[in-house]
Amino acid sequence: MANITNTPESAGSNLMARALREAFYAGLVALGLFVLFVGLKTDQNILNELVLVQRWGLLAVFVAIAAVGRFLSVAFIRPYLAERKASKASAGVKEPGFVTRNFSMIAVAILLVYPPIMVAIFGFQGSLKWVDNFGIQILIYVMLAWGLNIVVGLAGLLDLGYVAFYAVGAYSYALLSSYFGLSFWVLLPMAGIFAALWGMILGFPVLRLKGDYLAIVTLAFGEIIRLVLINWTAVTKGTFGISGIAKASVFGIWSFDVSSPNNFAKVFGLPMSSAYYKIFLFYLILALCLLTAFVTIRLRRMPIGRAWEALREDEIACRSLGINTVTTKLTAFATGAMFGGFAGSFFAVRQGFVSPESFVFLESAIILAIVVLGGMGSLIGIAVAATLMIGGTELLREMEFLKHIFGPDFTPELYRMLIFGLAMIIVMVWKPRGFVGSREPTAFLRERKSVSGSFTKEGHG
Amino acid sequence: MAGTNTMTKDPILKVDHLSMRFGGLMAINDLSFEAYRGDITALIGPNGAGKTTVFNCITGFYKPTMGMITMRQKAGKEYLLERMSDFEVNRDAKVARTFQNIRLFSGLTVLENLLVAQHNKLMLASGYTVLGLLGFPAYKRAAAQSIEQAKYWLEKANLIDRADDPAGDLPYGAQRRLEIARAMCTGPEFLCLDEPAAGLNPRESLALNELLRSIRKDTGTSILLIEHDMSVVMEISDHVVVLEYGQKISDGNPDHVKNDPKVIAAYLGVEDDEVEEVIEQIEVIAVTAPGDTPK
Repeated sequence: MANITNTPESAGSNLMARALREAFYAGLVALGLFVLFVGLKTDQNILNELVLVQRWGLLAVFVAIAAVGRFLSVAFIRPYLAERKASKASAGVKEPGFVTRNFSMIAVAILLVYPPIMVAIFGFQGSLKWVDNFGIQILIYVMLAWGLNIVVGLAGLLDLGYVAFYAVGAYSYALLSSYFGLSFWVLLPMAGIFAALWGMILGFPVLRLKGDYLAIVTLAFGEIIRLVLINWTAVTKGTFGISGIAKASVFGIWSFDVSSPNNFAKVFGLPMSSAYYKIFLFYLILALCLLTAFVTIRLRRMPIGRAWEALREDEIACRSLGINTVTTKLTAFATGAMFGGFAGSFFAVRQGFVSPESFVFLESAIILAIVVLGGMGSLIGIAVAATLMIGGTELLREMEFLKHIFGPDFTPELYRMLIFGLAMIIVMVWKPRGFVGSREPTAFLRERKSVSGSFTKEGHG
Repeated sequence: MAGTNTMTKDPILKVDHLSMRFGGLMAINDLSFEAYRGDITALIGPNGAGKTTVFNCITGFYKPTMGMITMRQKAGKEYLLERMSDFEVNRDAKVARTFQNIRLFSGLTVLENLLVAQHNKLMLASGYTVLGLLGFPAYKRAAAQSIEQAKYWLEKANLIDRADDPAGDLPYGAQRRLEIARAMCTGPEFLCLDEPAAGLNPRESLALNELLRSIRKDTGTSILLIEHDMSVVMEISDHVVVLEYGQKISDGNPDHVKNDPKVIAAYLGVEDDEVEEVIEQIEVIAVTAPGDTPK
């Protein structure tokens, strides 16, 4: 280290020497840490005696991982990151590519051709899994997260009980269709209106609350709805749930009931398959999602949408400008809840069965996590987050090959939540503002510049 | 800069026997004053005199313990501000305000800040969102017009070049000007400014004076301002009200207030029984150096 005028080569060999040294130390530390934990294990033998099992091989693996990891980190990863940082700083802002600019258009186009492609690859029966478990499941969460985004992302009101509106929508459809035999197309808007009404009912008592206090009350609200659904057995059949919910029809023209004369497959003379219904449901939820996105984008450019965002930034300033914050908050709750209600009635129609089990707090937490991970207020970010989170956890069910590695007892789906949590921590450390942290302005004079996430606030109630 | 319309004084805001109590503290005690139409009225006083409390009572953020605040609009309509909630004071009574610690929507762009201020007008034009959502042309016209309005104020506040930048990115002085422009976008008849010159350098202070004068001249808006910067107060105000310990100690044109011994005592801090002494001193100073203001 005495030589100040380092040539690149000597710097390189210096680096290697340093990396080796640090790897050695890391190995030493790991050895010290693990020698008693891992190297030795107390066990009972068949005579009930305590014996010491020696596991030097395993200990060696631990030490080797620590040493090699340290070596790689010091010798390769850190210089690479530093170099990338330097090149990024010098290169400045690069022009966004074609894919980045037209991301949403491309995504919609892919979604439109998704079911036919899946059918072409896997056949009708094989496509079921991909259209239903992946496509529909993800799109339901996209819609829920976009609905919650209005409340949390735009208006900045932290809502931990969003699943309540999902439940209201689902049960509105389930109950009204089984008791009164109303069709899906009548009940879809009604479910939205009911949910919006409940959004207002939630909104009134929490108007004065902010931040954590608001979150707690919304959490309680979500639980109240679920408990009512469980205990009001006369109407909701409690935990038993409501089954045999009527299927949706194609605007009343074609039905998907096997027995009905205008069955879709019969009319077109196709072989019987449940895949048609799933594909129809896929396009239905896609349309609902696009409606949500369209309304959200439109609303952001309306005075009410701007008032929501202003409310998130500074409520007192809003009031000083003559904005009635009470109605502004209530409309945010109601609009968000309405989309939750739409998604709920769709959920009921897709499952054919609803029970309070589906509306636990964890669902609210997942939806909120998707909104936060995606970047509050950003539709594209949220859609990406929903795809990764829901698609990722579904994908874990498919990891049969992991059984060959970890043994036949290994069930990858049990690790879903662990991986979900881990992924969330990593994303939050890597991008604290979510995938899309910046905000698109709703109006501009000369050029549209997105607002960096460091200026926007999260809202305090 | 004495009031030019001394003879035909038409009060726009009348504060009568206003009192505000916080627990055991009497922040304002039986305060009465008037602000006249077309005037720039300054509210001054030492720290803790209750100036911002008066502001919060006028703009509906506090409910006064006692008293009456009457706002009389140009058309003759009267509003009792102490009975209205904060947003109604702006929406109906047309009283706008700014804040001592700037409250901008920092994550919105400068232009958006000014559009939010035109919320009620646009809300009506968009048929409470429904017609706007369906894309009715009336809303599009109103939206274009609101951008024109915002542009007008951006030019006035010298912020037109920063229109598409986030408000939080502006330097301090520009944020102060933006807050005033935003308040003006609500179309007020009476503008309340809480320490608009705080933290400004002398050049920015001068620009602020110009802005306030042009607001009064071009829109006829009356202004009430709290200020510590005497160069601003004495330069532009027509009428000064001085508070100390929640009570009015002086009221009149700047020259009158400047030489009021009670004001000087309040600012320099003398015992009550020394006031007489101070008055004598001032008279001596006034004789020896006329026009020189004791500070």
